[in-house]
Amino acid sequence: MKFRSKIVDAACLNHFTRVSNMIAKLAKTCTLRIRPDKLNFILADKVANGGVSMWCELEQENFFSEFQMEGVSAENNEIYLELTSENLSRALKTAQNARALKIKLTNKHFPCLTVSIELLSVSSSSRIVTHDIPVKVIPRKLWKDLQEPAVPDSDVSIYLPVLKTMKSVVEKMRNISNHLIIEANLNGDLNLKIETEIVCVTTHFKDLGNPPLASENASQARNPEQMAEVHVDIRKLLQFLAGQQVNPTKAVCNIVRNKIVHFDLLHEDVSLQYFIPALS
Amino acid sequence: MKCLVTGGNVKVLGKAVHSLSRIGDELYLEPLEDGLSLRTVNSSRSAYACFLFAPLFFQQYQAATPGQDPLRCKILMKSFLSVFRSLTMLEKTVEKCCISLNSRSSRLVVQLHCKYGVRKTHNLSFQDCESLQAVFDPALCPHVLRAPARVLGEAVLPFPPALAEVTLGIGRGHRVILRSYQEEEADSTVKAMVTEMSIGEEDFQQLQAQEGVAITFCLKEFRGLLSFAEPANLSLSIHFHAPGRPAIFAVEDSLLNGHFVLATLSEPYPHSQDLRSPELCRPAPQLQAHSTPHLDDFANDDIDSYMIAMETTVGNEGSRALPSISLSPGLQPPCSPGPHSEEEDEAEPSTVPGTPPPKKFRSLFFGSILAPAYSPQGPSPVLAEDSEGEG
Repeated sequence: MKFRSKIVDAACLNHFTRVSNMIAKLAKTCTLRIRPDKLNFILADKVANGGVSMWCELEQENFFSEFQMEGVSAENNEIYLELTSENLSRALKTAQNARALKIKLTNKHFPCLTVSIELLSVSSSSRIVTHDIPVKVIPRKLWKDLQEPAVPDSDVSIYLPVLKTMKSVVEKMRNISNHLIIEANLNGDLNLKIETEIVCVTTHFKDLGNPPLASENASQARNPEQMAEVHVDIRKLLQFLAGQQVNPTKAVCNIVRNKIVHFDLLHEDVSLQYFIPALS
Repeated sequence: MKCLVTGGNVKVLGKAVHSLSRIGDELYLEPLEDGLSLRTVNSSRSAYACFLFAPLFFQQYQAATPGQDPLRCKILMKSFLSVFRSLTMLEKTVEKCCISLNSRSSRLVVQLHCKYGVRKTHNLSFQDCESLQAVFDPALCPHVLRAPARVLGEAVLPFPPALAEVTLGIGRGHRVILRSYQEEEADSTVKAMVTEMSIGEEDFQQLQAQEGVAITFCLKEFRGLLSFAEPANLSLSIHFHAPGRPAIFAVEDSLLNGHFVLATLSEPYPHSQDLRSPELCRPAPQLQAHSTPHLDDFANDDIDSYMIAMETTVGNEGSRALPSISLSPGLQPPCSPGPHSEEEDEAEPSTVPGTPPPKKFRSLFFGSILAPAYSPQGPSPVLAEDSEGEG
């Protein structure tokens, strides 16, 4: 099992740093899947983390100038590593003025993802910072739990408003309630609602637009005005919104009534899917 | 005692107080003939710091009222710090600072003369005290590093603020290595990230230490001194001995000098033994042959040396299988003990080999001039020596 990669371009490095910061905000620990063409940051839905799951995917070509890997075997040419996402983001934070950055899989008393950074310094000498991020290599029998989640057959699919606006609304609602109702219809309306014994607050977003439906299914026959709603834990939603530093090029919310809400974002060449289960 | 500080020196004084406040809760203020000394020691007596401001630092300096012995006093760090709390305020509004101490009023009076004729007077109560003096002599330390504080400041930047200790050593190619110190724990299932910074010899003004030497000390106090030395553009020198002996961090210019004496960890762990030799040297193996490393060297390492010989086939217990990892020979820690291990064994016969000893800063710097054989055993309660007779 081998992995070695290198970033030399400053823009790529910044972009990769942003991705790792976002992951660190979304998941405390995550799985990094390394394949010859792609990298994935994965958070599998476990009861322990509230059933939230995440799937982030990026093409290695868009980031790395060098990328070599060798998986478990030729037919299973993949590597799955579990790591603390904050470690990665902290390691990359020191790469602000880096001339080059390398990420390697190493074994130093324990398996590590070693991030070594060659820094630019004022003098001609080179400075090298090395971060050994401890990782757990995930055995193949557990890989099946870490596959790309199927996109649910949604009742309503809608484009999201500017995430910053949405975040400031949800932040305020968070002070009043722990539960939030997300409801949307096929007419471009999205409501964020909280209900307590004392107060009900609803924020209405209009004319957001609905992406064209992929398949001809039952929801086609729906009344476009009819709302599909889902109750979620407001902290989970807020965590997702807080992780978004840059407004994505595309942001879609898919609602499966009383089951799950699925966010599908595209940042340049990084895609992020985030699933929040409904509260029963 | 009476002294008057003006202009930018008020901020320098304030910065010194800030960096002392990272160490101790009490501030010892002692007017001497060769300047005003501010000293502190931490509660566990493992760190001592002093600044000496030369009479020229002041607009006006009088160590003692003529015909009287100079007074020395001890005040709460908190209350003295509060006078200098806001450095921007000191810089923007304070024009003069007058510190006076007299026995009649039993108060240390700090007066800040600000813009627009505003005058702030702080009357601080104090206690009489003995002179606080750690025994140390940088000249006795065989190893010396000296670099602009900015270089060392940049070197500690990648380390997380919560990290307690850092190991400083000399690696292969005479590169200076700083590495986060990890405490070995019995249930070390959760491993922390290890960060290592490697700096070329050329960034140092003086590097007098052979490859393989290393000491481990507290980062917090070191950062405190750096926060003083960095904005003042001073050079910082580090004088050290074997692990367990105190390390002396010094800054100096014509108007002031500062010394921080920090205990270093005495007990090399089984792991940190190899930290002294191969681990420390590893980051720059390919740099050895070239005096000026460049990008290609950085890229030029052999992927096979990073191979993980680990099987994750179905049925394997994953992380449980980790102990069976075969380390590639290059990574095998050598068993040769460090040059100081015999000395350590003598000093602590009770240590059962193989059991990780509890972490402790055994070395009390006050004993630094003692021969190793006489150095106190275990965390001894030795405090500052009485030095009443000292002139």
